[in-house]
Amino acid sequence: MPSVTYISAAGSETAVAGFAGDSVMETAVRNGVPGIVAECGGSLSCATCHVFVCADSVFPPMEDLEDDMLDGTAVDRESNSRLSCQLKLRDTDIRVTTPETQV
Amino acid sequence: MRTGTLIIGACQAGVQLACSLRELGDTDPIVLVGEEPHAPYQRPPLSKAFLKGEATADSLTFRTHEFYTEHNIELVTRERIVSIQRDADGGEATAESGRRFEFARLALTTGAVPRQIPFEGSELEGVSYLRSITDAALFERRVHTAQNVVVVGGGFIGLEVAAGTCVVGKTVTVLEAAPRLVGRAVSEATSAFYLAAHRRRGTRVVLNAQVSRFLGQHDRVTGVELASGDVIPADVVLIGVGVIARTELADQLGLAVDNGVVVDASALCSDGLTVAAGDCTNLPNPTPKSSATPGGIERLRLESVQNAVEQAKVAAATLLGLPAEYSTVPWFWSDQADLKLQIAGLSGGHDQIVLRGDPETEKFSVLYYRAGQLIAADCVNRPLDFIAVRAMLHSGQQLPADRAADLSLPLKKLAASAVETAPAVPVLIGK
Repeated sequence: MPSVTYISAAGSETAVAGFAGDSVMETAVRNGVPGIVAECGGSLSCATCHVFVCADSVFPPMEDLEDDMLDGTAVDRESNSRLSCQLKLRDTDIRVTTPETQV
Repeated sequence: MRTGTLIIGACQAGVQLACSLRELGDTDPIVLVGEEPHAPYQRPPLSKAFLKGEATADSLTFRTHEFYTEHNIELVTRERIVSIQRDADGGEATAESGRRFEFARLALTTGAVPRQIPFEGSELEGVSYLRSITDAALFERRVHTAQNVVVVGGGFIGLEVAAGTCVVGKTVTVLEAAPRLVGRAVSEATSAFYLAAHRRRGTRVVLNAQVSRFLGQHDRVTGVELASGDVIPADVVLIGVGVIARTELADQLGLAVDNGVVVDASALCSDGLTVAAGDCTNLPNPTPKSSATPGGIERLRLESVQNAVEQAKVAAATLLGLPAEYSTVPWFWSDQADLKLQIAGLSGGHDQIVLRGDPETEKFSVLYYRAGQLIAADCVNRPLDFIAVRAMLHSGQQLPADRAADLSLPLKKLAASAVETAPAVPVLIGK
């Protein structure tokens, strides 16, 4: 099982065990990890599951809609910004930082 | 000794309320009770991804069982509360099974049920409604083997289901009683677009369709007869004509009920003790004062994920005696085939619309104005417009109607430049 570590904007870390195929967003929400809101439940409608992906974690490139939505996040996007509902876990461990706010 | 909170309705609002109580530091017992056999799950995908096999009961679950245990939230499934007695210090709720639940604080998140229409033949096998995961699983099985699918009701649920089931080899027909689709939620321009878009994708849509009865053979539905005399063949029928708030328990408690459990801006019911949140409530329009204009809606029901979540947060604070007022820009979404509709704000009472983009391209927004002020937008495959409008409605920032159609700049930029050129607002110094 891949482990997902969520680092808050203040620096505190929460690690949870995820399942391959689940998204980084689903894994956070199901385990009550703060910092990811995901109002729309993963349908790419709300841009409230914004994360910054740490350098050691790799995901396939994003599609256009995700790219567009990232322009509307509460905290401005950076080069490593992704919407965590689009990040599917595989068998490797993942680390992401959550922004100060999502709404 | 009565302690703790009882939340009736193990749904999106109920789960949020329980979680928010813990986040706010409440350490008293919390019992979350629901009548369904499943742990609480997301409902929106039931009419979308679930029908296409892209979501399962497991993947839709909100929280793990470990989460509830760790946070000392007792989740009770398969118990339907049928009576409640309470006074200022708390009370007791009784389930159909006879099981009793004592509480000091009470929250109602009882949701809504599909509106049923007593057509002749409604009892035939194959006539379906869609609210729970059990409904969705049954409907999905029926659709799997069906040749002819008929959807009664051209609202969001009906159109999402039609889009999800309209695959090669099946005939899908949407019957809408009104002269246009999604008439209660969007403008004529958006309705006209959806009519054309669904027809392009192979769905038959009949407007002004008055269903008179369902026809059947051997207790199974075989067709839908219209008042015109036409018969639409059907192996399965989905009725999606809106929902009715579940208010039986509120009625029993003597709470004010008027098309939903009447609550104030702090999610408090008329007894000043019980709170309610989500689809079951009738609430004051939460639109921030900065972007509210005269002539807007005063009270309403909001059937949305956002409302379930945000109102539940307010309800949790209110239960703990903390000051809280519900203020937000309502928003909604509907995914139909590859069309992503996002609606920001409430368009009721608009007196002007601006079309941004060409509906023929299937990427456009309809912006609604009242008295010159932007109040809402329907955005089809234009998520950035949606996000920009939502932000403007939150902040009260204006977007002049004569500039909103300019596709050469993102809305966010148009609003920002409007501010720079806006007439200076007098500033009061020293009050």
